[in-house]
Amino acid sequence: MNRRWIDLISRAFTALTGLACATLVLAVAMILGHVAYHGWAGLSWKFLTTAPRNGMTEGGIFPAIFGTVFLVVLMTVAVVPLGVSTAIYLREYAHADSRWVQAVRMAIQNLAGVPAIVFGLFGLGFFIEFVGKGIDAAFFGGKLYFGQPAILWAALTLALLTLPTVVVSTEEALRVVPRGHREVAYSLGATRWQMVRRVVLPQAVDGILTGTILAVSRGVGEVAPILFTGAAFYLPFLPTRLNQQFMVMNYHVYVLATQSPDIDATLPLLYSTVLVLLLLTLTLNSAAIVIRSRLRRRMKGSK
Amino acid sequence: MSRRPASERLIETFIRLSAGVAIAALVMIFIFIGKEALPVLTSPKVREEAGLSKLFLPQPPAAGKPARFSWQPVSKVPKYSLLPLFVGTIKVTLVSLLFALPLALGAALFTSEFAAAWLKEIVKPVIELLAAIPSVVLGFLALIVTASYVQNVFGLDFRLNTLNAGMALALAVIPVVYTVAEDALSSVPNSFREGSIALGATSWQTAWRVVLPAAFPGIFAACVLGFGRAIGETMIVLMASGNAAVLSWNAGHPFRSLSATVAAELGEVVKGSPHYHVLFFIGVMLFIFTFLTNFAGQMFVTRLKEKLTGAR
Repeated sequence: MNRRWIDLISRAFTALTGLACATLVLAVAMILGHVAYHGWAGLSWKFLTTAPRNGMTEGGIFPAIFGTVFLVVLMTVAVVPLGVSTAIYLREYAHADSRWVQAVRMAIQNLAGVPAIVFGLFGLGFFIEFVGKGIDAAFFGGKLYFGQPAILWAALTLALLTLPTVVVSTEEALRVVPRGHREVAYSLGATRWQMVRRVVLPQAVDGILTGTILAVSRGVGEVAPILFTGAAFYLPFLPTRLNQQFMVMNYHVYVLATQSPDIDATLPLLYSTVLVLLLLTLTLNSAAIVIRSRLRRRMKGSK
Repeated sequence: MSRRPASERLIETFIRLSAGVAIAALVMIFIFIGKEALPVLTSPKVREEAGLSKLFLPQPPAAGKPARFSWQPVSKVPKYSLLPLFVGTIKVTLVSLLFALPLALGAALFTSEFAAAWLKEIVKPVIELLAAIPSVVLGFLALIVTASYVQNVFGLDFRLNTLNAGMALALAVIPVVYTVAEDALSSVPNSFREGSIALGATSWQTAWRVVLPAAFPGIFAACVLGFGRAIGETMIVLMASGNAAVLSWNAGHPFRSLSATVAAELGEVVKGSPHYHVLFFIGVMLFIFTFLTNFAGQMFVTRLKEKLTGAR
């Protein structure tokens, strides 16, 4: 084939891949632009701080914001210690090539691929029906306290879902810590835990933070796992105890979009709620990307 | 060593135990969902209404009528044929992959092979931001915004159709495929590219004939993982599919997926009823299926690493 033809075809195909790239960037921009355009007008301090009124066709989303924050805080308290210590085990304690370590890694990767709805089923079957009902039978004489959908069970279900995120980010950060630092700590007589606590962990803060932020973003976004484990259609009060149900932003979007008696009246509220949700997850993810790129740059520097 | 404080030993025990949680979680998910699904196979009462033959073989809707596949769990004579749900799930998955794979793989090829460094710095995070958009938001956009538009452009009979839902689903699949594929392409050593360019190949020829084949196991893994993501995704499909359990391969028709069926029906089902157990049975199938796709995906990623590092 003629050299010029080859060049032409090469350019054409390169341009096609560029077009694919541009399409995706455009899609992201259009989604954000569309939601911002329609949601901005309804966004006000009052919208963020008042409860829904009149069959959820008026008012704000304060209970949903409150529930989201409550839920995500509980989830973080559960998942961060667990995820960080799993990563510490894999990097600092275990033999890198042992069967057990391979099995743990494989389990973490597989856990990341389990569909969110399956986590929802598990939350119902395990946390509510087994653990919750078990607690009720053991401590409350069978009265219904924990054997029902509740914010605690929803948070723990989400914690399992986000565990891989925290483990992977933390591990990546632990990998960056130079071997020499560990050897120096040992040579000064530090035990393994002292070395981890004083030398490795302080340097891994960025990675732990990245993992936590990504986990929170995921927790804010996922609906399917909390559908049967505690999310409420509408509540006239704010949840204050661990065994209460809760309103939450993402489920609120689903409810407003699919069960509204008057979709035209609800639509402005819906857009504003989606905008708040998007602003939250995108800010979190952007922060994670910035922190991670700082971490990666340091990794290149240390080589 | 034995003089270490008790607190230290306690922490180390926690660290060692925590590593087992991921494995325990997987096993427990299987056990606790499987436990609720098992009556479909074992309980005579459940089997009479929703045994395997009722789930997979055609059943007559009433005595004397021709046998059909239908999913009507809440009716006088409940019917539990999973076939319409299978068809719906596969149909929307194929449509979504039709959009997601060319876009995600093309974009991955562009960012790893052709884009200037500064452009890559901008484009890559933006595409990764797609993963940050909650699926309920994509479902909302598909349901409220794009549905009528897609219906008009393609002249379809139904507002909530498979094409529209598949396109929204593609947006959820793209970040998965893109990230894995980009990773695979970037892990191909530069010496491969330099050798090819030195022999007079253009950058496209290099990408197509050298880099892509070298990264093939990773590209394949990306496709498999994307497939798994599409099968399991719930909220987008629940909101945008129309949820009609019709047995049709037409991309212009509404459909009902396995995952959306669980999400829509589990809230209202009577605990311990055949319907309840069938929904958990669907959960087990989703779990096993995505487990297999993930497993396969990982296997190909490992194979890629071995291939490129020369290790066996």
